[in-house]
Order: sequence, then structure tokens, then C-alpha cells
Amino acid sequence: MMPVILWSDALFFLLIAVTLGGAGWARRHEHLRASWAMVWASRRARAAAAVLAVFFAIGFVDSLHYRPQLPVEAGKPPAYSVEVLSALDALLTPLRTHTEKTYSAPLATHSFAKETQEAGGRDFPPLKYPGTHLFGTDKVGQDVLYLTLKSIRTGLLIGTLTTLIMLPAAVLLGIVAGYVGGWVDDVIQYLYTTLNSIPGVLLIAAAVLMMQVVIDTHPDWFATAAERADARLLALCAILGITSWTGLCRLLRGETLKLREMEYVQAARAFGVGPLAIMLRHILPNLMHIVLIALVMDFSGLVLAEAVLSYVGIGVDPNTISFGTMINAARLELAREPMVWWSLAAAFVFMFALVLAANLFADAVRDAFDPRAA
Amino acid sequence: MSALLDVRDLSVAIGGRRVVEGVSFGLAAGETFALLGESGCGKSLTALALMRLLPPVARIERGNVEFDGRELFALPESKMRSLRGGGMAMIFQEPATSLNPVMTIGEQIDEVIRLRDGKEGRAVELLEAVGIPDAERRAGEFPFQLSGGMKQRAMIAMALAGEPRLLIADEPTTALDVTIQAQVLDLLKDLQRRRGMALLLITHDLGVAARMADRVGVMHAGQLVEVSDTKQFFRGPAHPYSRRLFASLPENLAKPPEVGGEAKEFLAVQDLTVHFPIRRGLLRRTVGQVRAVDGVSLKVSRGRTLAIVGESGCGKTTAGKAILQLITPTAGRVSLDGRDLDELAPRDVQMVFQDPFGSLNPRLRIGQIIAEGMTAQGIEGDIGALLEQVGLDADMASRYPHEFSGGQRQRIAIARALAVDPRLLICDEPTSALDVSVQAQIIALLRDLQARRGLAYLFITHNISVVDYLAHDVAVMYLGRIVEQGNVDEVLRGAKHPYTQALLAAVPRIDGTSGECLLVPGDPPSPARPPSGCHFHPRCPRVMDRCRAGYPGAVTLSATHRLHCHLYT
Ligand SMILES: Nc1ncnc2c1ncn2[C@@H]1O[C@H](COP(=O)(O)OP(=O)(O)OP(=O)(O)O)[C@@H](O)[C@H]1O
Ligand code: SF4
Ligand SMILES: [Mg+2]
Repeated sequence: MMPVILWSDALFFLLIAVTLGGAGWARRHEHLRASWAMVWASRRARAAAAVLAVFFAIGFVDSLHYRPQLPVEAGKPPAYSVEVLSALDALLTPLRTHTEKTYSAPLATHSFAKETQEAGGRDFPPLKYPGTHLFGTDKVGQDVLYLTLKSIRTGLLIGTLTTLIMLPAAVLLGIVAGYVGGWVDDVIQYLYTTLNSIPGVLLIAAAVLMMQVVIDTHPDWFATAAERADARLLALCAILGITSWTGLCRLLRGETLKLREMEYVQAARAFGVGPLAIMLRHILPNLMHIVLIALVMDFSGLVLAEAVLSYVGIGVDPNTISFGTMINAARLELAREPMVWWSLAAAFVFMFALVLAANLFADAVRDAFDPRAA
Repeated sequence: MSALLDVRDLSVAIGGRRVVEGVSFGLAAGETFALLGESGCGKSLTALALMRLLPPVARIERGNVEFDGRELFALPESKMRSLRGGGMAMIFQEPATSLNPVMTIGEQIDEVIRLRDGKEGRAVELLEAVGIPDAERRAGEFPFQLSGGMKQRAMIAMALAGEPRLLIADEPTTALDVTIQAQVLDLLKDLQRRRGMALLLITHDLGVAARMADRVGVMHAGQLVEVSDTKQFFRGPAHPYSRRLFASLPENLAKPPEVGGEAKEFLAVQDLTVHFPIRRGLLRRTVGQVRAVDGVSLKVSRGRTLAIVGESGCGKTTAGKAILQLITPTAGRVSLDGRDLDELAPRDVQMVFQDPFGSLNPRLRIGQIIAEGMTAQGIEGDIGALLEQVGLDADMASRYPHEFSGGQRQRIAIARALAVDPRLLICDEPTSALDVSVQAQIIALLRDLQARRGLAYLFITHNISVVDYLAHDVAVMYLGRIVEQGNVDEVLRGAKHPYTQALLAAVPRIDGTSGECLLVPGDPPSPARPPSGCHFHPRCPRVMDRCRAGYPGAVTLSATHRLHCHLYT
């Protein structure tokens, strides 16, 4: 077994490390501790957090990638499969390997389509693993439950990495524009107004197609198909990040303009404190609640955006399992007679749970951190 | 007289805490009752309870209110609503937030009339009744086009639309300048007399109560501690709390000690000018200048206090910030001990700001806040000792600002400024956000520090009544310029400039003497378009033709007393 760390894995681990570090930091700051205590005081927020924790645990296990060792031939160095698996795959081996021939309904014992039988005539053939597919199987016989569980990581990555990518830019540019003002402000405003006036989908489509061309012309860059799909996923995060930092940046710029005139900032200037120190000591800490609120509020929007973009074909790599690709596949399934509804239903139920939990949690966070809501 | 309003044993609780406790009083038609008290004592909640407009967290615990023989707390909400427009009306402290910004003044008044009796078109008549000049045009304007005083008049017009028999005014003039306050109070009194309304006036200002009320009730910590006739009350308040209120009036504080020896010039400001460009349009071209500070010259002597007095927007704060170089002056020189200020370390001059809630970073501990200046200037100091010097405990350094009251925060802000051992402290309205008793403490602290450290103060204020008890010299500012300056006696007791006289007369005094005060009409003009000639001429009661033609030159009356007015040239 050879461990593989994809770029997205590294970033995901980094994100988790940052979150844990941030939690430790928050514990030492009274006002943050008080606000978080308010979040935890709400039963709804606790329930939402529990659901989110389950999703994140699945995503985490699914991020521990490795290449399994192939059967050793005597006298040869050990060889590894080109297929990249994750710890989740290993845990779900029965689900992953118990494939059928094609569609089967949830918990069915027989296939969904009739087949010509050896004994003559057409009938529904019995399944290899009858009654074990909770959400049925898809066109090529893969277990739908397995697919939905694998989709979770993709959704989480899009929802979190995108904000992680855009955050530094939004915070830096927003504060600098608001505090420094003058032509710096003009340039930054010009930048985000321009970006904002191009329809996001167009920008994303153009960027993704370009990215695809680059990937296709350099197959040597990627050792495995998983790495290629991963590169495209990251590219999608980056592009979504580039198109979505403007809102937060504008918000932070406005708030900075207000804070800049606060008397404690004036007092610091009267002491001869430099602009950088003022931004770090007086502006940034007083903006953190906005950043946090934006972070949790954007998350669910981005999970949904992934689904929409993959549905129209400019999202993740078609080989990457995601809610979007599942829904895209369901487009044809819904047109069949009789209808195949379970892929869509499974994707819908999981995505709904994720987004609902994220939204409920975001609401609680906003209530606790937004001074105006109090 | 039978009572129009009868409040018996009213108690209001917010989350288990009694904020109004057993309040009882009565009010007859045509009478004015002033509810006096410091912030947080429950006076506004009492008024809101009468109108049944309490915020959802507050609950009426017991008591009953009879208005015109009807039990208010027993009425259904629909009856109450019609009573609110008609029988009783209320005006609030902040006129800016009580008007709908997207409707014209006329429409808003008409709406109230329509709700009441389905008729329209009396808006202009009402606006005239509240003394808004050019009412026809004003009725078609939006709230943002009106000044603060005019908005408050419009609010009063709206309240009058329902022909109320009881008007509740919650701090109706607190957000206004003294000259405007005098106009609005006069208007309220006049309207009341003509319409025979009862007026429940809520205020924290003893002077306002003395001037307006027939009877006074003093509230403290939710209880009505004293109710008495105004004359009797101001002759000698009975309750210890009322006596404390009187004692902390600036009028009753001791005067500042005269500093001995030769007054040595310390800070010199020469022709300080700050113009803010007004930019318009796509290319942000400069289309005009706001002349916030327009050629101000001042001198502050070591160990003395110079007070700058003026109404809102006259440029006091801008002048203070420009002296500190927080705003780059357009022109002028500032020097300290003969050296230009921009060559000096920032530690020589420091500032204390008006808003005790905005001047401390909520994310830092008190110790960190106070240490900031010392770190920036690379000096060592004892934070605990500083805190003790301003009357706080040394162990408060590890707490956060939100744990402190307004007065305590102001002390922290003073300690922060003192940390770098400045020689001049610019105090920008350090007490105007505080209650009178706290204000007295802060003034005492400032004076004590001056005596001990030999500090010089530049004290910026809009409240001319505190000046006497703090300052050695006074400069009166109007629209970016100093119109009169001199020492305290010359300016406060021998005021020559009509504006200074008007300012002094407009201050409501507790002996009620300002009843026949000289009212200056209108609002201060905008510093973007100052009037020709003497800036004060559109409002001046003694205006002459000369005044419209040219700005008066400086007239020197004594070594220290100078002013700008054509009357004396
Ligand atoms: N940054 C700015 N840009 C443009 N105009 C400004 C700016 N700051 C202040 N002004 C204008 O300058 C004038 C003087 O303002 P300033 O704040 O000095 O008044 P003030 O006397 O301190 O009033 P107050 O008693 O309300 O504090 C006002 O008309 C104000 O609108
Ligand atoms: S110069 Fe004229 S208008 Fe100005 S204050 Fe003197 S008398 Fe009044
Ligand atoms: Mg000011």
C-alpha cells in the first residue's frame, strides 16, 4: 500500500488544522468564547453541528488516499495499482465491489430491466446481491449509497476550499481599500466592479474549459486519473473563489470605512501607530465576525453551486463522483419509462441534509456574532 | 382640576428585573409635568408604558393608567391605536430616525390626519403652526433636506395632527443645539398654551425642567423619588438624590484655580484652515469646499485651559484634529513651545474623544489599550499607577471595555492619553455623552490632573455652561471662525458679540431666568455656502447693512478680549 496525498487532501487537512487552531485561539478570547457559548446554547445549532460533524468525518476518511499493492510476483519489486482508493473505499469495500449489471431499485431482489434468459424468454434476472442496495444501483450497477457517500467529500471541498482560497484576497483587499483609500481604493473597487459585472457562469465556463484544455494537453503532469480529476476540482474551487470574493470584499471595505473613523483608531493614529499595526490590531479583529458569518453562509451556496455547474457540464471532472454528476446522470434516468428515481432521490436527500444543517448552523453563528442581531 | 392622566403604582419589568417600580403621578389638562432623571432610570419606559408601546421584552407587572376616565390597560389594541393618534401623541429624542426617509414631510403628516378623520391637506397649516418658514415648499421635501431642528418641528407637527390632549415628549431637544433647543422649547410652550394640551416632558436637564414645567418628578432607579411644584423644587429639593443632582450641576462646582505667575504661551495656532473638497459626478471633480475651519488662531498657555465653544458642525472637532495633525490642515501653522508641531513626537499632544463607547477597541483589554501609546513611543510606564491616577483600580487592566460604564470608559481614555505623558490634552466634548453627576466627576478629575501635572487643555464643547467651571480662556466659534475670545470673565459675563450673547441666553438655567431670552431664529448655515459678510448676519438680531457687505475685522477690547463684529468698529 502506498499512501497518496492529493493536493485537495493537503488543503483539506490544512483547513482542519486551521479550524482546530482557530478553536484553540477562540478559547483564549473571552468575547469569542462567549459568542460560541451562545451558539452551543441553541439546541438547533447543536443538532446541525452534529450532522455537519458526521459529514465532515466522512469527508475526512475519504481524503486518506492510497494506492493498493498489486499481488507480488516473486523476485519483482512490489507494484502498485494505478487506481487511487481512500480509507472510505476500504471501509465500504462490500458496497464498492458488490456491483450489479445495471439498474436495480432500492432493496430489490431482481434487476430493473428484463433480460433474455438462457432458459428462453425475457424476464427480470435475479441480482447477485439481492436486498443489499439500500438506494438501488445505477446504470453500470454501482451502489447508489456508495456514490452519495463519495459525493460528500466533493461537496465539502468545494464549500470550504473555495472560501479558503478567496478569503485572504477578500480580507486583504477589503481592508486595504477601506483603510488606505485614495487611488488604491479606486483600483480595488474598479477590479471588483468589473469582475462583478461579468456573469459568473460565463466566467466559470470559460475558465473551466481552458483548464480542461491545459489538462488534456499535458497528460504527463498527472500520474493517475485521480490526480487529474483532483486538479480539475481544485481549479473549479479557485475559479469559484475568484468570482465570489467580491461580495465579501465589498462588505469588508464598507465596514473598514466605518471603523477607520472610530475614535480608537484615531487615538492610535495620535500615538503614531503605523497603518499596518492599526489594520492588524484595530481593524481586523473587529471584522472577524463578518468573515466568520460570510464563511458559514457561503458554504451551502457553494455546495449547491457545484451541483448546478456539474449539471450543466462545467463543474467537476465527469469521473469525479459528486452530487452534480449524479444529478446530471439522473437527467436521462428520469426520462426512462418506467422512471429511475432513486439516484436523484438519494443525492437530493444527502445534499438537503448537508445544506440544511449548514444553513441552520450559519443562522446560529450569525445570531451569536452579529452585533446588530442582538 | 380633574386629572387628565392618572398613573397609579405602575411597574414594568424586563426579564425579571424591575425597571419601573411603583410610579404614580397625575397630570391635568394644560399642565406640564417634567419627569427628570439620569440615563437608565426608567423615564422613557414609563412613557412608553403609558402609550402601550413597550418593547416586547418589557412587561407591565402591575398598576393602572387612567386617561380621560378610561382605563388604558383594559382597552383593546384597536381602541388604543385610535387613542394614540388622537388623545395622546409622542415625540422622540432622535428626530432623524423617527421620520420615514422615503416620504415627504407633507405626506407623512397627511397620513396621520387621514388615519384620524379621513381629511387631507392640513399639513401645510400644521407646518406653519410649528414655525417652519416657507411651509408650502417644505411640505414637499424629504426628511434629509431638513436640519435637525426642523425635523423635530416636523415631528411635533405630526404629533399635533391628531389634535392630542396629551403630548409626551421624550428628550425632545437632547439631540439639538442650544439655540435650536431654545426655539423648540419655546414652540412647545406656546403650542401648549394655545391648545390647552397637557405636556409630559421627559428630560435629564434640570434647566429644561425649570424652564418648562409646572411640576417636577424626579426618577431614580425606577422609582419616582420626589414629586413637587417646580418653584418649590428649585428652591430646595427634598430628596437626597435630588440634592445630589443639584450639587453636580456645573453651576455648583467650584471655579478652577487661577494659575499663578506669568501665563506663558505654549500652543500657538496661526490661521489654521481645513477645507474639505466636495466632489461630484463620475470624474469626482471638486465642485466646492466645505470650509470646516477657516482661519482659526488660538493660543493656549501652559497649565491653563482654553475652551472652544460652538454649535454642532461649526468645526470644533475638525480644528482639534487638525491641531493634532490627524487631519492634514489646508493651511496654517501649529507650534508648541516655538517648534512646529509636525516636527514633534506625537507624545506631546494627545486627545480624549467624545464617545466613550467608540473610543476604546472592544477587542483589547484595558491594559493593552493603555499600553498602546507607550509601545508606539517606546516608553516604559506603570499601567496600574495610571489607572489609579484616574480613579480606577490597578487590577482592572485585565478586563475588557464592555465591562465598564460610560464614565469609567472616559477615565480609561484619559489614562490612555496620559500614558505618553503629554503636555497638552485636547478634550473633544469628553462629558457630553455622560450624565450630569458623572460629568461633574470627570471635570473634577481633569482639573485635578491639571493641578498635579501642569497640563494644558484645549477643551472643546457645545455646552457653554460647563465652561465657567473648567476654563481660564474661551473662544467662541461660529461656522469655522472664532467670533469672540477672551478670558472667562470677559466672555461669559461681558459678552459683546451677539452670537455669544445668544448662546449664553439660550442655556436653560435652573433659576428659570432665561424665559425672556433673546431667541436667534433659524439654523446655522452650511459651511459649504457661508453667507456673505458676517456669517452670523442671517440670524443676528442686531444686523446692519454693513454686516451683509463684508466680514468684520478683529476688534481688540482688552489685552485678551477680541471679537469680530461691526457693532464695535
Ligand atoms: N471628512 C469630512 N469631509 C467633509 N466634510 C466634513 C468632514 N468632517 C467634517 N466635515 C464638515 O465640517 C464641518 C465641521 O465639522 P466638525 O465635526 O468639526 O463639527 P463640530 O463643531 O465638531 O460639531 P459637533 O458639535 O456636532 O461635534 C461640518 O459641516 C462637517 O459636515
Ligand atoms: S457683524 Fe453684524 S451681523 Fe455680525 S454679529 Fe455683528 S451685528 Fe450681527
Ligand atoms: Mg464634534
